Amino acid sequence: MIDRRLITNIDWVLVGLVVTICLIGIMNIYSATAPYKIVGTAYYIKQFYWMLAGLIISVLVCSLDYHIIEDLSYWFYGVLVFLLLAVLVVGRRSMGATRWLDLGIFTIQPSELMKLVIIVTFARFFNNFQSVGGLTVKEVLIPLSLLALPAALIMKQPDLGTATLVILIALSMIVYVGLRWSAIATFICVTIPMAWISWAFLLRPYQKNRILDFLNPERSRLGSGYHIIQSKIAVGSGGFLGKGFVKGTQSQLRFLPEQHTDFAFSVFAEEWGFIGCLFLIILYISLVLWGLNIARRCNDRFGGLLAVGVTAMLFWHIVINIGMVIGLFPVVGVPLPFFSYGGTSMITSMVGIGLLQNISMRRFMF
Amino acid sequence: MKERRFVRELLESKQRVLVLSFVVGIVFLFLVIRLWHLQILNTDNYQTMSENNRLRFVPIAASRGTILDRTGTVLVSNRPSFSLAAVPQEVKDKEALLTLLSSLLGLDRADMEERWEKGAGRAQYYPIVLASNLTRDDVDIVEENHLRLPGIEIEMKPVREYTNGQLAAHLLGYIGEVSEKELNSGSETYNPGDYIGKNGIERALEKELHGGDGGRQLEVDARGRVLRTISERYPTIGNSVMLTIDATIQKQAERAFGEQAGAAVAMDVNNGEILTFVSNPGFDPSLFSGSLPADVWKGYLDDKRHPLENKALSGQYPPGSTFKMITALAGLQNNLINESTSINCNGSYKLGTSIFKCWKKTGHGATDLRKALRESCDVFFYQLGEKLGVDKIAAAAHAFKLRAPLGVELLNERGGLIPTSAWKQKRFGKRWYHGETLPVAIGQGAVLLTPIQLASMISTVANEGTIYRPHLVKRIIDSDGKTLKETKTEIIGTVPYSKESFRLVKQGLFDVVNAPGGTGAMARLYDVKVAGKTGTSQVVKLRDSKQGTPYQFRDHALFVAFAPFEKPEIAVAVVVEHGEHGGAAAASIANKILRAYFDGKKPVHKEAADLPKENDGDVDLTNNENGEADTVKEPLNSGDATHD
Repeated sequence: MIDRRLITNIDWVLVGLVVTICLIGIMNIYSATAPYKIVGTAYYIKQFYWMLAGLIISVLVCSLDYHIIEDLSYWFYGVLVFLLLAVLVVGRRSMGATRWLDLGIFTIQPSELMKLVIIVTFARFFNNFQSVGGLTVKEVLIPLSLLALPAALIMKQPDLGTATLVILIALSMIVYVGLRWSAIATFICVTIPMAWISWAFLLRPYQKNRILDFLNPERSRLGSGYHIIQSKIAVGSGGFLGKGFVKGTQSQLRFLPEQHTDFAFSVFAEEWGFIGCLFLIILYISLVLWGLNIARRCNDRFGGLLAVGVTAMLFWHIVINIGMVIGLFPVVGVPLPFFSYGGTSMITSMVGIGLLQNISMRRFMF
Repeated sequence: MKERRFVRELLESKQRVLVLSFVVGIVFLFLVIRLWHLQILNTDNYQTMSENNRLRFVPIAASRGTILDRTGTVLVSNRPSFSLAAVPQEVKDKEALLTLLSSLLGLDRADMEERWEKGAGRAQYYPIVLASNLTRDDVDIVEENHLRLPGIEIEMKPVREYTNGQLAAHLLGYIGEVSEKELNSGSETYNPGDYIGKNGIERALEKELHGGDGGRQLEVDARGRVLRTISERYPTIGNSVMLTIDATIQKQAERAFGEQAGAAVAMDVNNGEILTFVSNPGFDPSLFSGSLPADVWKGYLDDKRHPLENKALSGQYPPGSTFKMITALAGLQNNLINESTSINCNGSYKLGTSIFKCWKKTGHGATDLRKALRESCDVFFYQLGEKLGVDKIAAAAHAFKLRAPLGVELLNERGGLIPTSAWKQKRFGKRWYHGETLPVAIGQGAVLLTPIQLASMISTVANEGTIYRPHLVKRIIDSDGKTLKETKTEIIGTVPYSKESFRLVKQGLFDVVNAPGGTGAMARLYDVKVAGKTGTSQVVKLRDSKQGTPYQFRDHALFVAFAPFEKPEIAVAVVVEHGEHGGAAAASIANKILRAYFDGKKPVHKEAADLPKENDGDVDLTNNENGEADTVKEPLNSGDATHD
């Protein structure tokens, strides 16, 4: 399926950036989990396997012509909505939320897949929907309702983090397609009362607590406010050069919550300091800008939309995670792509990379 | 035209990508500025904080809710208990510390080591409980030596106090330190060393009783001295649970059992409230919250009477002759017998080549339904059972909801077993033989019921067809005494049988206790009319059950009763394991439970309660002593499905 022309077009910049970030991440997981008592395979080894699995999957994804994905996109959407409904009915509960679906052989987390599927769905929708001078209010209603259904189902689980991401990804794509000023104004007029309603009726007490903790650190009690304080101490005490590999006191004494997953960046910041953070952030900026560059170079509207969607997905994960760790955003369970420990996040992100690669390799074919 | 629009659109979107790139750059710049702010401008500040980062969290356990009986008598309350905890990050030399502790307080070093290992997975500032239930003296010793014991602190926790000792131990249950499994299954509600209900009401109503644990987040210096309290959350006291149990009746019932093993359940006929819930012998629940002494534990395990089993909740017993009321009702409803149907009992019944014996070898002679119930004639019910067939008997039992657990609040309630032909086909892959129906008709064969089901059965007969959900919790009360939840009476089914059928059967049950020749005279009260039914359930099939039978092979004695006969209020079911004597042992316990109940209603008469035996003994005791051992002499086709 991959002919030689395609192989010569492999986007090595993309591959290089992703593998570099992954390897730094694995090194960091080694340090973050050093104080853990581990039974069985160590986390950093497992993460290495996840990286390999992810790379294989991304190769599989880019071996398909992405126009096949376009044809199937609404099917994906239908199946995913069905799975999200199934989760609410028969899903596996853990930690007060129902997110996993047990398929017998393995379990899946449909809300995670929805991030990708919303990209594909929107790309297809906007590809067939040409508008001049930006979308009007009326035109934007169909994609918004396509978004509202899965977003509501994910909120219901409840999984505020993933729901927010799905919404942000979708909105980013709408912004890319372009909105008329009238639509933007209407949007603002509707959003503010909606926010009030969701605050009053939809959000769970723990979710409100997180937001309030963020807005007002003084009220931080024993719960989530504590995590932010500890994370800020870790990042801040790293200083310019950092405390050195496996020498961070905050992480080694286990003051940090979830330090190998959501708070992996704060372990890194403590041990590698401002210099390390700057380096990592430059890698991430490069990745995001390169993703946008792929979108810009693509002469096919569907491909462009897809590339922007995937890039938005990576961008929002990065910004929300780092923002949370350094106290700019409330604590929501969003992993840092390629850096936090975890198979689900790795696979989802790698599928995204596979799509970008796919678009990048085929840019000369039109 | 279209082509041009497409190109224009494409160019526009390319421009927008550039705008997006610019936005992305700005956002990342913000992140970098923030990092600069934290890591360069304020790093000294944060470095000091990280060096002094000795935040510690001191949990304050919530006081557990109390458990009360229906009159408000306290059954379980709290008293303070002290435990010893270590904060790992402040302990410089763990080995030396443990050695010192074991020499000062005489604590088991290996045990402390083990607890340390278990608790070590948490954050370094989190105290690990090394020993619980310290004495006052121990507490003083620790306080005197405080400077030699850095990182060690005393925690005060309320512990359970059982005001009535072993009373209703199975019902109340006990609490214990949360296990690793329980820790992993829940969210972060529990921490190692916390107490959690393990059994009985303590477990079933854990959520209500537990309350909300509080805690104090402290900042301490390198030596463990508290610098300031960062935040504090007060614990909230757990809710109290008021049971439907009456402690006075419960006490009398347990006393009546004495050393005998068994179970008793008494229930309000008109709403399903359980008034007495006995599983005998009991155990001492207070021993379980600390470390249980090994010899006591072994004693419980070795006791043939299985004190740790909740027999009332999950003991399954063949109901024996008490089940005849179901067979009788099935017969009446299917018009196979009526008030005047009479058979001749000559001591046995022959079906094909098998002989089924009546407990009375000489036979009962001409027997109608009333006499058959009164004297518990087996032959009458063999014949009726043969006409009905097993599935009609089972249908009647199902109408009484004698299959699935009835849904009391406690966990692990068991249901009963009512064999049907379909059940046998499924379970054993064999068809049902007619001969197997006969033992089922008299409550033997594979039939199994729990004491709660027996109580529900007799209660439903007494109120003529309404099945209430048996329940143990009357209401939930918060710490201010405000009622939060009141258990509502719930009807879980009705038996659509005619008044006339119920009247005939109840008349027979009245005779069992009150008429000459009745098998249940031991249950008679001088002031209230009691109706009931005896039962003996075989543990093993013996050719002759004699006095010399080893304990574990002796028959169970059963008695179910309700009173007053005219307007039933209370139903009671008693099972005495290996009690023999045709239900007499059980009937006398039922008598004392009923006595206690009616005494409680009019506390004027008290002494007369123990007298009635003298009035009745001459007539019936001999009869009871011979027993109504429903010995079935190994019918050839018997399904042998009992006790699976």
